[in-house]
Amino acid sequence: MRIPHVCPLRRGLLLAALALASPWALAQPGPTLLNVSYDVSREFYKDYNAVFAAHWKKTAGEDLVLNQSHGGSSKQARSVADGLEADVITMNQHNDIDILAERGGLVPADWAKRLPDNASPTTSTSVILVRKGNPKGIKDWADLGRPGVSVVIPNPKVSGNGRYTYLAAWGAALQGGSTPAQAQALLTRIFANVPVFDGGGRAATTTFAQRDIGDALVTFESEAPLIRREFGDKFDTVYPPISILAENPVSVVDKVVDKRGTRKQAEAYLKYLWSEEGQEVAAKHNLRPRSPVVLARHAKDFPPLKLFTVDAVFGGWTQAQKTHFNDGGLYDQVIGAAKPR
Amino acid sequence: MILTRTLLKRHSVLPGFDLALGFALLYISLIVLIPLSAAFLKTFTLTWAQFWDATTSPRVMASYRLSFGASLAAALLNALFGLLVAWVLVRYEFFGKRLVDALVDLPFALPTAVAGIALTAIYAENGLIGQHLPFKVSFTPTGVFVALVFIGLPFVVRTVQPVLEDLSRELEEAAATLGASRWQTFRHVIFPIVMPALLTGFALAFARALGEYGSVIFIAGNLPMVSEITPLLIITKLEQYDYAGATAIAVVMLVASFILLLIINALQAWARKRQGGI
Repeated sequence: MRIPHVCPLRRGLLLAALALASPWALAQPGPTLLNVSYDVSREFYKDYNAVFAAHWKKTAGEDLVLNQSHGGSSKQARSVADGLEADVITMNQHNDIDILAERGGLVPADWAKRLPDNASPTTSTSVILVRKGNPKGIKDWADLGRPGVSVVIPNPKVSGNGRYTYLAAWGAALQGGSTPAQAQALLTRIFANVPVFDGGGRAATTTFAQRDIGDALVTFESEAPLIRREFGDKFDTVYPPISILAENPVSVVDKVVDKRGTRKQAEAYLKYLWSEEGQEVAAKHNLRPRSPVVLARHAKDFPPLKLFTVDAVFGGWTQAQKTHFNDGGLYDQVIGAAKPR
Repeated sequence: MILTRTLLKRHSVLPGFDLALGFALLYISLIVLIPLSAAFLKTFTLTWAQFWDATTSPRVMASYRLSFGASLAAALLNALFGLLVAWVLVRYEFFGKRLVDALVDLPFALPTAVAGIALTAIYAENGLIGQHLPFKVSFTPTGVFVALVFIGLPFVVRTVQPVLEDLSRELEEAAATLGASRWQTFRHVIFPIVMPALLTGFALAFARALGEYGSVIFIAGNLPMVSEITPLLIITKLEQYDYAGATAIAVVMLVASFILLLIINALQAWARKRQGGI
């Protein structure tokens, strides 16, 4: 069958559509990159891929097909560790990439040092979403632990969003001068106020916004405008005085790119995330850009607040996971003590 | 009769017994046994103490109670109403019967997440049904039960229906002429014939409910010690990259389900025998 001449743009779009439709698309002309990422980065990377493909075409003169795969972050990391051929991995927690170094040495142990900013081109933070007018007067983490307040938090055992929420409240308490025992007591009060533990951030959003459950929802800053757009202007975003810096680390998967011969493209793909254009796309998707210039341009979307890192307060993600979230860890104690009513 | 049976055993009129058996065993091994043995192998990397810890912590025990309890209850309810639905579909003619018949299969086809979200929305406190109920359904163990009833229904209907269709009217007429009441006819004539199929349907619905994750996770609320199902705890372990702990719980579930299914199969064989192999 002869294929009639189709204008290159349309053909490109067609190919891109095909590639998007199936990550295992048939053999394609030109190199392909697979970006394995977490759940809620779908829209950001869709836009960024278009921007980068155009940039790559202009500078390297090569048609690059960019595929994305999204899902719960640990599940995605497990897939890559188990053999999904991801050229790059873009996560929202460091330990989901660390696991690739530990299991099978897919990336070197010092992967986070290969790129600037702890290998995280963008950041976000945990904020509190409340009902319009903030009837319960929620201003800070401690308010979530008050009796009579109900707060929706995704299950920290299975959701990165939930883990950040937990660590944000804990770290904020420590930074405010609490002892670890006091912080644990606060977390126990907060988690006693959780009526539903959803499996992920988006499910928790549905519970809060659509089922009208809870006085507050804790989620990423990047999600808040999306929720307002989706469910109407029924909510206010509360910025607590201090919160956690949620880094979105990225890495090339060395074993895969060396096997597939895509290292050059993969590295350029990640590096371009720090370019002004890449940072602009991030800001548009409510992710805090690292570039001060771009941040200043979007200053009204990203109010300044005091942020602490997981590394500084909890000694890194691996440590935090071990002491807090693994079975028998502090989170289990908090939950065990926070007997649901 | 006896002669033909022994003949069948020695030399079947149908060719290819060896080959067919070989393929069947190979297929079962590839599809079922090998993946399952992988779960067992992974579990063997644990010491007994670790295995015991992973599979008997209070939280896991609470999840067994919920998973097995809700699955049994849902399968029982489905056995009762599934039989009724099958009966109505076989015995009566009414407008829209074909449609109802097709509706029964929907829980098979619907992605479980969709079912879960829909049920949660309907039974939430501001939902279509939930707002009229005096008690909470979504985000409680009752919600888990509701989801499991939903996904289990077709198993009972679809196993009982063909048996009811094959049931000859003459048996009932004979019972009637012998002076049996309607209840006696049902109790002593129809029910014993349907019993083995009903047990199969019950077992299928139960097994399916035990393994269900997608729909339950949305409606359960997932409160520790209250509404966490066992599959969620398996996922939880995986999130910690604790493969061995996850498979340990899976192995416990598998063994328990296997024993329960064996018991149900034995019951079924007993029911069939009592019925005298009609």
